[in-house]
Order: sequence, then C-alpha cells, then structure tokens
Amino acid sequence: MSNPTNPTQQPAAKANTAAPAPASPTPAQAQPPLPPAPEGMLNVFVDGILLHVKKGSTVMQACTLAAKEIPHFCYHDRLSIAGNCRMCLVEIEGMPKPIASCHWPAAEGMKIRTDSKLTAEARKGTMELLLINHPLDCPICDQGGECALQDQAVAYGSDRSHFHEFKRAVDDKDIGHKIKTVMTRCIHCTRCVRFATELAGVEEFGATGRGENMQIGTYVEQALQSELAGNMIDLCPVGALTSAPYAFTARPWELKRTSSVDLLDAVGTPVTVDTRAGQVMRVLPEECDEINEEWLTDAARFSYDALSTNRLTTPLIGGKPATWPQAFEAIKKALKSSTPATTAGLMGNLQSAEDAYAFKAFLTQTLGTQNLDSRPAGTLPNSAFLTTPLKSFDTAEAVLLIGCNPRLEAPLLNIRLRRAALKRRMPVYAIGTQMNLAYPHTHLGETPEALTQHATTFKAHAALQILISQSVLQRPDASAILAAAAKLGTVNILADTTGRTTTHSIGALPQGKGNGTSGILAAWQKGQLKTLFIHGEDTASAMDVKSGKGTLIYLGTHNTPLAKAADVVLPTAAWAEKSGLYMNGEGRLLGADQATLPPLNAKEDWKIYRALSAELGNPLPFNTLSQLRTLIAQANPAFAPANLGQITAAQRPEFRIPNSEFRLSTKPFTAPVEKYYLRNEYLKQSQTMHAIQAESGSANLGPQPGAPMPLPTKPAKPKGRGAAHA
Amino acid sequence: MPTIRINAQQSTGQTPHSLGLNLSWSKSAQSAITSLLARYPAERSRSALIPLLHLAQREFGGWLSVDAMQLVADTLGLPYIRVYEVASFYTMFNLQPLGKHHIQVCTNCACLIRGSDEIVKEVKATTGLTSSGQTTADGEFTFTEVECLGACVAAPMMQVTHSTGGIHYFTNLDAKKTREILKSLREKGEADKFADTPPAEVDPISHGKYAK
Ligand code: SF4
Ligand code: FES
Ligand code: FES
Repeated sequence: MSNPTNPTQQPAAKANTAAPAPASPTPAQAQPPLPPAPEGMLNVFVDGILLHVKKGSTVMQACTLAAKEIPHFCYHDRLSIAGNCRMCLVEIEGMPKPIASCHWPAAEGMKIRTDSKLTAEARKGTMELLLINHPLDCPICDQGGECALQDQAVAYGSDRSHFHEFKRAVDDKDIGHKIKTVMTRCIHCTRCVRFATELAGVEEFGATGRGENMQIGTYVEQALQSELAGNMIDLCPVGALTSAPYAFTARPWELKRTSSVDLLDAVGTPVTVDTRAGQVMRVLPEECDEINEEWLTDAARFSYDALSTNRLTTPLIGGKPATWPQAFEAIKKALKSSTPATTAGLMGNLQSAEDAYAFKAFLTQTLGTQNLDSRPAGTLPNSAFLTTPLKSFDTAEAVLLIGCNPRLEAPLLNIRLRRAALKRRMPVYAIGTQMNLAYPHTHLGETPEALTQHATTFKAHAALQILISQSVLQRPDASAILAAAAKLGTVNILADTTGRTTTHSIGALPQGKGNGTSGILAAWQKGQLKTLFIHGEDTASAMDVKSGKGTLIYLGTHNTPLAKAADVVLPTAAWAEKSGLYMNGEGRLLGADQATLPPLNAKEDWKIYRALSAELGNPLPFNTLSQLRTLIAQANPAFAPANLGQITAAQRPEFRIPNSEFRLSTKPFTAPVEKYYLRNEYLKQSQTMHAIQAESGSANLGPQPGAPMPLPTKPAKPKGRGAAHA
Repeated sequence: MPTIRINAQQSTGQTPHSLGLNLSWSKSAQSAITSLLARYPAERSRSALIPLLHLAQREFGGWLSVDAMQLVADTLGLPYIRVYEVASFYTMFNLQPLGKHHIQVCTNCACLIRGSDEIVKEVKATTGLTSSGQTTADGEFTFTEVECLGACVAAPMMQVTHSTGGIHYFTNLDAKKTREILKSLREKGEADKFADTPPAEVDPISHGKYAK
C-alpha cells in the first residue's frame, strides 16, 4: 500500500495534438505555412516537434510538455517566477541570445531548441558561474546525493573552471533549531525568500547586499517564526539550508524510504519516512495536490526523535518489567472481578483504523461492554469532519472561523486560505480569540453571540464555508453554535488529528446506552469501574485516573504520566512502526506502510488484542492484517482498499445537530491550541519540539494580533513575476 | 537524541543589530513624509521606501542605523527585512557611521583617464586612510571610491557630503587643489570657494526646503 493519489504537477499547457513533425534543421522560410492552432492555443516547435500549448504558457512549460528536461534552480511550480539563476537558458531560433525559459512567454510559431550547441554552451556557462563561489564541500554536505547543483553540474556543467580568484565566504546564520545554514553554499535562487513571503507569510527572510556581497538571511539573527519553515529545506536546491536535527546523521543513499501518513493534524499529509538500520532518520513530505500540495508542517517534520525517546519497550506490572504472559495473566485476574458494566475503554487520538477496530472488537465482543469512546470529554456526539474537501477551500467564496485557528490547527489548510485571502481577496471572518493568521481577516468577536450579531454580514455570502474547531464541540453550548452556524453556510469541523477522524470513522464510540468519555471518567473516579483500558493518549490524563480504584490497563508507546499511573502497561507500536489505514479530516482514506519495527518487546496494537482475546478464551476473528482489513472494510465500506486516496463522503459518519437547548452562551471562545509544537503527548516526547517551542516564543505564533497587513486594492495578477508579492 | 544546535560564527558585517536609539522623525521630516506619501496610492506606500531612507539618512547623522531602518519600516508598515534588503543594496545608503565630510572620489573611466589615481593618492596621503570605506580616527573624513557621478566633463572630480546635509561637487581636480580642499574642510569645516555647485538648498527628495 502506498500513497493515495499520485499527482504529478501538470503544466498549464496541455498537448491536444502533439503531432511529431520531421525535425528539420532548415531555416523557417523553407517550411510550408502552419495551419492555425486551435482556439486559445499556440503552435510551438520544441526541437522540431510541433506542439499546441495554451496561450500564456512559458517556454519552459512548452519544453516540459515535449518531455524535454530543462535544468533549473530558481523556478518552482508553486512559487512566483524570479528568473534569477539563468540555468534554464534555451535557444530560440531567430533570437540573438539564449533566453531564460522559465519566464519567457511562448509565442506563435516559436522554434525552441533545447538540444542545440548554443543551449548547451549557455548551460555550461551558467553552471560555471554558479560554481565560482560554491564551495567544494560535497563530501561533508548533507545535501550530497540529492543536490540539484551536484546533479546538474554532472549533466550540464563543464569539467573545469576559468576562475582563479579567491572564492567568497559567507557567515552562517543562526535561524533556530529547525534549519542549519551553510550560507557559502547558497546560489541565490531566492526560493526560500519567496516561500517565506508568499506561502508562509512570514517576511523574515531576504536577500541583502548586492553583487558579490549578496547574502540570504534574516534581518536580525533570530529563529524563523514559521510553522512551515522546514519546507525551505526541501526547496533549497543546494545544501545552504538543511535540516538541523538530521545534520550529519545519514546519507540519502543509505536510507530506506517508506510511504506513511502524518497523523498530527487533520490534513493527514502523505509523508516518506526514511529509515536506516531500523531507525527513523527523517520525515519528508510527498506530493499530493489534493492534500498537502508538497508541504509539511514543522511539527511533523522534526518530531521524529520522539520515536526513540522514552519508549515503552516491555510490558509493566505495577511499574515493574514483566513478560507478556505475566501481563496477560494480570489482566485476566483483574477482569475476573469485573462485569461488562464495570469495564470500559478509552482510545487516544493517534491511532490507526486497525487499532480502533481491534480495540472496539475486543471491548464489545470479547468483553461485552458498551462503554468505549475516542473523543475528548464532553464532546458532542458528532463526527469531526470537514464536509468540504481541502482543495475546495482554494475556491471558497468566504470563510468563517469559529473558535478555530487554522494556522495552528492545520497549517497546510491555512496555506490555502492565505492564498485565497491574498490573491482572490476572499473574505475571512473569525470569531474567537485574537490570532495572527499571516493574512488579513476580520475579527468579529470573542463570544458565540457574534454569530447572530453579524448574521447579515454572513448572509451576504451565498456559499459561506464555516470552520469550527473540534475543541468547540466540548463547550456546553456546542449544539447551539452548530445550529446557528448551519443556518449560515456549510459547517466543517476541523479535528485535531487524523487519528481522531480515523477512530471516529471506525466507530470507536459509546455503543447503545454505554458511557462516553465523561461518563467513563466520572464512573472511574467514583470507583464504579473495575477495569479501564486506555489505549493511547489524549482522552484521559494522569490527573483524571488518579483517584480510581480499579485496574487501569494502559496500551501505549511512551512512558508518559498516564503510563506511570497504570497498573498494567502494554507497549504498542508507534505510527511509523505499523501498517495502518487512516481517514483524514476531509474523509479521505490514506494508507501508511510499516517503516520500522516496534522497539524490543513492543507489539503491534491489533496483535495485542488478538492475543489477549485468545487468552480470555474468546478469540477475535482475525489472524492476519489482511483478515483484519477485510473485516474493517465490511464494517465500514469507506475503508475498502479500492477507496485508497478517495474521499468517501457517503460512508463516513454523518454530520448532525443534536437536539438540545439552543442558547448561545456569552462565554468567550478559548484558543484551540496553546503551544503549537507541544500540543499532544507524542510531540511532548520530542526534545527537538521542546527546543523549537522554547525559541518560537510569542512573536508570530502566539494568539495575538499581528500588525495590520497593507492590502492591495486590485486583485494581484494570477501569474507571472512577483504575482504573490501582494 | 541530542538536539543539534548549529551556532553561527560571531557575525561580521551584514547582520545588523539595533542600538536602542529610540529615534523619531523631526517636524520637518514629518511634513516631508506626508508630501512623499501623497505621491503614491495609499496601499502602495512601499514605493516611498527609497525616499524615506534618504530622509532618514539625513535626519540621523548621515547613515542608517538599524533603528533608523526600523523607524522607516514602521512608518510604512513594512516588514523589517524588506527595508534592510533595499538599504543594503544601494551604495548611497551608508550602514555605518560616517565622518563629518564624506569624500567620494570618482574612479570611473573618464576620471581615471584624467588622473583620478592621483586624487585618490592625495586623499589617502592627506587623511592617512589606506582604503575605501574608512573613516579617520578624529571622525573628520570618510573616504570612498565611487563610480561615475555624471561630471565627466570636468574630470577628475569628487563629491563631498557634509554631515550637516549639504553636498558639494569639486571638479577639475589636481593634487594641489585636493589638498587645499581637504585642508579647508578640516580647518574651517567648509570649502565652498572651491566648489562648483552651491550646497543643495532644495531637498532633492521632498522638493521642499531642507531645514535641519
Ligand atoms: S538558501 Fe537555498 S533556497 Fe535560499 S536562496 Fe540560497 S540556494 Fe536558494
Ligand atoms: S529557472 Fe529560469 S532563471 Fe532560474
Ligand atoms: S567618470 Fe568620473 S564623473 Fe563620470
């Protein structure tokens, strides 16, 4: 199983008819006149092959369409065009000089030559210039082996240099714990600057000085205040910006690549987990237009050290290491004295569909209890899904945020909102705490009453998209808020993690008249429960379970306070250590492969339930992962393998407004996320996350209003140079 | 896993630091800013960046401290980096404090042919400076070699910018005239009688009278 969709970047141009014409070296006038291209298209020759490209395409897009590789550094599909590296030079017949294909518009009848001597020489010359000041430190450079400069120097460069002066050296910049800089390697493509300015919305990176003294850096040396800074590492074509936690730990050719899914927010970014000898060395985004485009949040990128920190590696009984049979024996003993009514289970927010199904099956079938849940205490019995696909927010008419801070809850969704707000001037309204979203938005109040007060503003939009944070569902007036919101537009609930939406879809929720999280915890604290299973973090805390009298059985990955409070601890596999199916916040089925093995005695979660159920004399009906997945697909057809990568809206639990008292309270909303980098137990295990949180202070990520951003009056041009500099 | 912290070397040159000067615009500068901003559409105030940097340079001692650049950025509502990029790009913005008289000797083609080498030598000898960009210990002179200043017709030439705001062109130079100009500058604080142009009365930036 691998990643859902496999989107390849489509150039704007489309070949309707790519009729190959005989390559002819004769001058233009020797050819018969061309028949006119179809409406809105242009006739263009690339190395003698006739193509029809869309009007407004660049020469580079035409070449890409003809499957001709154009070497480039500064050009990037998702950034504005800078045209400053000159690596993309190609010859156009009839032009005196080679032109930079990335920003040169294709014209009718243009004859582009990517295979000519002039083109080859232009590339060679540019490469020589780029290498003048580039150090020869590839053997100690972390980019080595996956460096665009290295590759293109081999393919298009010269084997010697004419340069006999001194090379320049540039001071490295200290920009925090995420990015290590070696600025002498920088080739000034300005991709990083454009990313920070156009996508992340933190204008802290820039090019200072000029000519030989040009440098890329920050204004004053400080940690980059962006939750997306890590993407600059991927964008940087050379080794100037590399991952600080990954520095000098591995070489790319030693790594085993496995497709997986980032569970830490509702976006469910497809990622590649790179391992060496069973250890996760880094996490990189995969490209998927519908989900993450090609970005990854810093929390997902840099938190992998949690996988090897403070792990549970063997079962524990009363805090003492034990064997699996001993642990099972202890559980069996505890269950003897409990009935289905005095047994309950809670599941955390970073679990897979397999975990949730096995958990539910074990509790309901093996133990016969109805008390199970996977939602934070007090949450409305609602599914926490976006009803609008992530990509559709690109074209939304207007967005209303209720108690929701997409910059901290789903940064990759925030990129889409930001782009729409700046480029299309899409109105964004917010009700809740003051926040800095990195784009202009209208703050309409702190309390739910703003919903009715500003109803006319919202009604002016025919298709208002409403984003409600899942944390809002814990408020006593949640039903009233949902009911009021539903009258104004499309209600989307933004869950906190992809694990959460996955367990919801599997239905790890109270059955029949069973208790939900609040009921279970209350019963536990009152001593009414004899046995409580807690699988994963977040639904309960060590504080919640302290006063209980029964046996607390904890299944989890890390030795957290909750694990320490448990009577029996069973070590499970973390996200990278198991194959899993997940359903992200928009209801899209995603698959993760197993990148490495669980540490020592830890076991995959479903296997634990299977073994324990057999021990209790009532084995669950699955022996293999594929049997388990068949059962899951039977229970919820959305999880059928055929649906991988698809949104199966019809199959996921419906959004419904519970009937209860509809009165909006005057209690202000609270910030949905306090510390972005430490927002769940998994992240708290990561040393890197602690360091990053400490340096990220309040500047841009805190819930405080940012400086007003000057608004362009006219909508910015959709394409072209500096398009997104609005 | 230990956290890897890459400490930058002690930074030299490019990375600026605030001096905590707590600057603010003078009255006349404020009115100049108002008239400058009126030239551009309100949401395109970024266009006024270069004129404002010039103004700040005049206001605050002939150079742009980090504090001065921050003041400009705050005035225009721009991110600081955008101002620093521009200020560090143009050589006419000085990012270091200058001497009272900023001697800019043209060493471009016409002046070079007409003997600018000799002028440079003379300036260095008289001031005791050894290379472009240096300032004398007494804070009197800063010397820089510059490119063509558009007075080739009377090459070789130099421009002197006074920290009081005025600018003079001295043309048709030779070693002796240069020595006398420098002497007069040091002793009297001016060398008007050698100058071809009177010190600028009208502020070329705001087109208003420049009063300091
Ligand atoms: S640091 Fe990297 S991405 Fe940024 S300008 Fe330099 S080479 Fe380009
Ligand atoms: S890719 Fe065209 S100039 Fe850099
Ligand atoms: S060359 Fe010196 S002023 Fe033109």
